[in-house]
Amino acid sequence: MIRLEAVRKQFGGFTAVERADLSIRRGEFFAMLGPSGCGKTTTLKMIAGFEQPTSGRVLLENVDVSRVPPYQRNVNTVFQQYALFPHMTVAENIAFGPRSKRVRRSVYLPQVREMLEVVRLSEFADRKPRQLSGGQQQRVALARALVNFPSALLLDEPLAALDLKLREAMQFELKRIQREVGITFVFVTHDQGEALTMSDRIAVMSQGVVEQVGTPEEIYNEPASLFVAGFIGSANLLPGRIAENSSEGSIVDLLAGPRVLAHGPEQMLVGSQVSVMLRPERLSLLPAAEAHQLQISGRGLEGTVRELVFQGASARILLQLPDGTRVVTNVATDADLPFLRPGDSVAMTWKPGAAYLISGWPEHAGANTTDVDSVEAAL
Amino acid sequence: MSAPISKRGRIARWALNLFAAAVLLYLFTPIIWIVAFSFNEPAGRFNIAWQRFTLDNWRDPFSNQGLTEAFVQSLRIAVLSTSVATVLGSMIAIALSRYSFKGSGPLNFLLVLPITTPEIVLGSSLAAMFLDWDINRGFATVLIAHIMFQVSFVALTVRARVRGFDWTLEHAAQDLGAKPLRTFWKVTFPLILPGILAAALLSFALSIDDFIITLFNAGSLSTFPIYIDGSFKVRFPPQINVLATTILLASVIVMVVGLLWGQRSRRQQS
Repeated sequence: MIRLEAVRKQFGGFTAVERADLSIRRGEFFAMLGPSGCGKTTTLKMIAGFEQPTSGRVLLENVDVSRVPPYQRNVNTVFQQYALFPHMTVAENIAFGPRSKRVRRSVYLPQVREMLEVVRLSEFADRKPRQLSGGQQQRVALARALVNFPSALLLDEPLAALDLKLREAMQFELKRIQREVGITFVFVTHDQGEALTMSDRIAVMSQGVVEQVGTPEEIYNEPASLFVAGFIGSANLLPGRIAENSSEGSIVDLLAGPRVLAHGPEQMLVGSQVSVMLRPERLSLLPAAEAHQLQISGRGLEGTVRELVFQGASARILLQLPDGTRVVTNVATDADLPFLRPGDSVAMTWKPGAAYLISGWPEHAGANTTDVDSVEAAL
Repeated sequence: MSAPISKRGRIARWALNLFAAAVLLYLFTPIIWIVAFSFNEPAGRFNIAWQRFTLDNWRDPFSNQGLTEAFVQSLRIAVLSTSVATVLGSMIAIALSRYSFKGSGPLNFLLVLPITTPEIVLGSSLAAMFLDWDINRGFATVLIAHIMFQVSFVALTVRARVRGFDWTLEHAAQDLGAKPLRTFWKVTFPLILPGILAAALLSFALSIDDFIITLFNAGSLSTFPIYIDGSFKVRFPPQINVLATTILLASVIVMVVGLLWGQRSRRQQS
């Protein structure tokens, strides 16, 4: 449906998008996720036609549109600040697209009315945008775009301007509208939670490069790079070297000492630098006495409890490995934890398959520094 | 209840009010004078000493043919030059705020020049140029001169308005299928129209009352200010006061209407 082939975009000496290869399917809810400055908005603008790629091609419905101006592309955008026309009423805003394309009045008027119903704003048709709340303005922007029956709807951080409560409500609203109209949604966000809950597939971008494209589960469970692992959710990244490859996975010599068993997307060469990713909620804690047995099976580490933060349904525990590396775990509070006090020694274990291999070494071994900070700040 | 004021405080406040009144009197005396003398029945050719109240002057404001002709010339020049300058100046303003291009820095500087340069310099150098090129000075040269300084005023006034313009609105229009021309007329233009109107009014006023630059480039043409200047020497008919009062009235009406309009649109926005 939408295809980007080796798209690159430079502004003077600055490269905003290094290389983007993407293929977005019809009817899909697709997210482009990354920190600010990663090139996701520039990529969206190249699909919309506001920017032209320095090299590479943008294809819509198998037609190369790289040099086609925005007003001749059959995609529509919902802008971050909505960009509603302040001098027009809600209905006039929605009718702007069809009127620009010289659609007959008798044809577009019912369509405008129908769109107003889809976004539940029928009684606001004659208001000016300024008389509406942020959420209502956003729905006008949606209706104004969707009334053109675009082959794809592009949304640039559509929820960023809303407060937290409204944002959560709009996530469901967007999903509902997308199901109702069946149009491809391409959605740019820096909020991983938003991307994970709403999308069918996610492209994670960093510094102008698409790091990984996959379903939320794939992105979360099998991150393709250290960046993806650190950006999506919390991750403990333990650096090491491949010692041995077996049918069950790879045995890794951690710099922190013990050997663990982990699996990755492909076999990696013995001796290559890798990181073992352990998600905090996949770790469980056992009495220290069991550490030795667990380490032999390659599914255990020994550590000391540093901090404990009760969070209601779960507790967040900061552990220190013998070499000083800090690891964060989330433990359900219904688990029996009478033995846990700061300073206690514990054994940490995980289910087979929970340790995932990523090539390369992280900047900081162990938990994301932000996670460590958040635990310490809570105390 | 306001706090009790000491005696010194009361004197200070009284002095401040007196001072304010004096300043207002100083500012408005000439205007009041002009308006009052439009109702005077002059003795002789000079309407400068109060005789008695009459409405005759207002009944026949165009009785003085030379004055009427000069007034009409001024209006024609103001309408034409304002139209041209508003279009040119608005285009410059939009270009300057919309795009950053080679030479936009020097252009910004050049825009301010006609405003900061003394009128005597602008007027005389323009006249010298026309003389050098053997161009007869008259209606056309005055028109050119007025457009020259009006363009700067229009461009700077419109630019102040356009500065806050959200250019993603243009993106939104194009995204919805509007070609650049439709985008301009349906989105950009209606939104910056108040700024353009304000600029047009300002430059109209500048043209109507310009004296120095006009005098240098008018040749034998007589405009309203030039006629008034000349009339001091031979005769000063009360029709001058009538027409001046009319202009004053017109600008006050425009100002009040603009103010009400602005308040209304602000109320709608909030």
